[in-house]
Amino acid sequence: MNVALESADSLKKRLSGSGCYLSIGPFVVHLNTSIPSVSETLGLLYSEISSDPKEGVADFHIALERPSNHRRWLHPQVNFSLDGHVPFKPLPLEQAFPLFEWGLNWCVGSYAHQYLIVHAAVIEKNGSVALFPAPPGSGKSTLCAGLVNRGWRLLSDELALISPKDLRVTPIPRPVSLKNESIEVMHKFAPDAVFGPIVHDTSKGTVTHMKAPDESVEKQHILARPEWIIFPKYEAAAPAKLVQRSKNYSFMEIAEQSFNYNILGLRGFDTLQRLVDDCSCYDFSYGRLEDAVEVFDSLPVSNKQVVSS
Amino acid sequence: MKSDLVSMVLRQPADVQSLTLQQWDLLIRQARKSQLLARLYYYLKEEELLQYVPEQVGWHFEAAWAVTVRHAESVQWEVKKIYRALFSVGVPVVLLKGAAYVVAGMPSAAGRVFADVDIMVPKGALEDVERALGRNGWVTAHHDEYDQRYYRTWMHELPPLKHFKRQTVLDVHHAILPETARLHPDPHKLMMDAVPLDDMEDVYVFAPEDMVLHSATHLFHDGELEHGLRDLVDLDSLLRHFSQTDGFWERLLDRAVEMELARPLYYALRYTSHLLGTPVPNDIQSKSRQGEPNVMMAWLMDQLFYRALKPDHASCRDSFTGLARWMLYIRSHYLRMPMHLLIPHLLYKSFITPYKERQLEKQAQNQPNLAEFLKDVAPENRK
Repeated sequence: MNVALESADSLKKRLSGSGCYLSIGPFVVHLNTSIPSVSETLGLLYSEISSDPKEGVADFHIALERPSNHRRWLHPQVNFSLDGHVPFKPLPLEQAFPLFEWGLNWCVGSYAHQYLIVHAAVIEKNGSVALFPAPPGSGKSTLCAGLVNRGWRLLSDELALISPKDLRVTPIPRPVSLKNESIEVMHKFAPDAVFGPIVHDTSKGTVTHMKAPDESVEKQHILARPEWIIFPKYEAAAPAKLVQRSKNYSFMEIAEQSFNYNILGLRGFDTLQRLVDDCSCYDFSYGRLEDAVEVFDSLPVSNKQVVSS
Repeated sequence: MKSDLVSMVLRQPADVQSLTLQQWDLLIRQARKSQLLARLYYYLKEEELLQYVPEQVGWHFEAAWAVTVRHAESVQWEVKKIYRALFSVGVPVVLLKGAAYVVAGMPSAAGRVFADVDIMVPKGALEDVERALGRNGWVTAHHDEYDQRYYRTWMHELPPLKHFKRQTVLDVHHAILPETARLHPDPHKLMMDAVPLDDMEDVYVFAPEDMVLHSATHLFHDGELEHGLRDLVDLDSLLRHFSQTDGFWERLLDRAVEMELARPLYYALRYTSHLLGTPVPNDIQSKSRQGEPNVMMAWLMDQLFYRALKPDHASCRDSFTGLARWMLYIRSHYLRMPMHLLIPHLLYKSFITPYKERQLEKQAQNQPNLAEFLKDVAPENRK
């Protein structure tokens, strides 16, 4: 059953009771929470995912609850816990849904070492896949959000899960996180997209999440192998420009943006080397999303068959 | 009492064949909390049982294993660095616990999670050792004056050192129990019998009996039992490994008496065999009862240890687990220091330390962030 087929009340009740088992990308997340904003935003942004995998079995058992301390009444807070382990300090209650998203990133980044995990967005069109590794603030999420509203499939906004075996990326199409100015930009660029509530004063500034396109979620079981590695950079009013980039620097930069490159050791090095060898690497600067869409649609179409399930 | 699947599988790995998918889920959660997920993977591999791990949950084991493989590599590397730093000092260096298991290539190292590296040096050489380590990048991680004094006057180790570049933590011991503790195993005797390693001059590991006694002392006399079951698994694995050598059990008993460690050894043999099925011969088991406490105490310790040696996971707790862990925590402090030292120490730690930490935090908030500053000054210098 998809989340969408369930009434808001029933979802809320299940989340605060024994919890929901959500199929998010390759993972089953068991979420337990009695915080209304989480269940509402979840119903809005995760409506297309299945919420009834085998009961009692999950990869991550997550709870979001209000800590029961004296701040309960004055400045209510929220705690993220993974199976009883609380890895972060509590945040203000309004940030409960963003905390779920950040916490889930942490879970995947800290445990899923069957993949080489790179902090990167991944999108696909006509079987060709682009990977955007980039430090926060480079405009990666904005570009990714823009393109997936113009026919590209979202595989991932934050975490590229790369298989060391065959370099294919396992999709984990979750809501795209948008910060500060890019929220307004995206509202104008894609007025029909679904956005979560705007949350102010987080450690990343003002944030919101944009729902992943339904089709991307439906195709979350279809793996794909990257062909382009593109380092985006937003520059106000600059023309869209794609410039070839050194493979060595690309390698170094991706290693730096990886969550578990060090943990995988030689295997991580080898995977990354094959990936960079296999892909064309570019720097991409842009000032307007419309220009970016044009450039991406004219990227040299590959003759490789890279999509398979 | 609730189900502790980890101990069950450790005792009888073949039992995994009858686990339901839900039980696998619980096993993984309990094992992760106990830092034993990778260790379980190792046992399942050794017993050729990996085929019974359901596909859906298999990645948890493999991923945890990958982390420990990496840990072991970094420990090897770290030990090499320590060896190079201390070579010129010319004193014997004994690797302790995890680092010893890895470098000596023992089965106890497989799938083990490591927090830091522990070494022991003669007390008289501490100053030289600290200076040599300092020259090579290991600096103290405790800047508080009180902490420094606490370690240097009363403890059996220097305040933990941290390598400024690699951020790895090194504990330098000169004994296996604090100066103020109730038991006094002679560090000189431990050093004398230590076994040299092949490829590093003047680097040693404890003799087999001492390795067991150290592990037992750490778990049953000194530790805070945060990872009690993991430490018990260490003991089990050491005992199984060393008992393949003739005469080991007798030597172990004798050494325990000689080192004043008959009590921790009694606990070690009792709980490893009860909880993990460690094959301790009957006559050894009964001889070890020379270290047994009186009946009341033995009953109480059973109540405490049978709870605290379960995985620290919600599914393994009963209404007394919290109390048991708390009492063992108090006990570990009580065994470390006499009351007239302990009470002021605990008071300081509960009132002054949090106050100081808050002050430091406030100070840090008022200071400009260096990283931000550098970004402003030199925005284009990356690459």
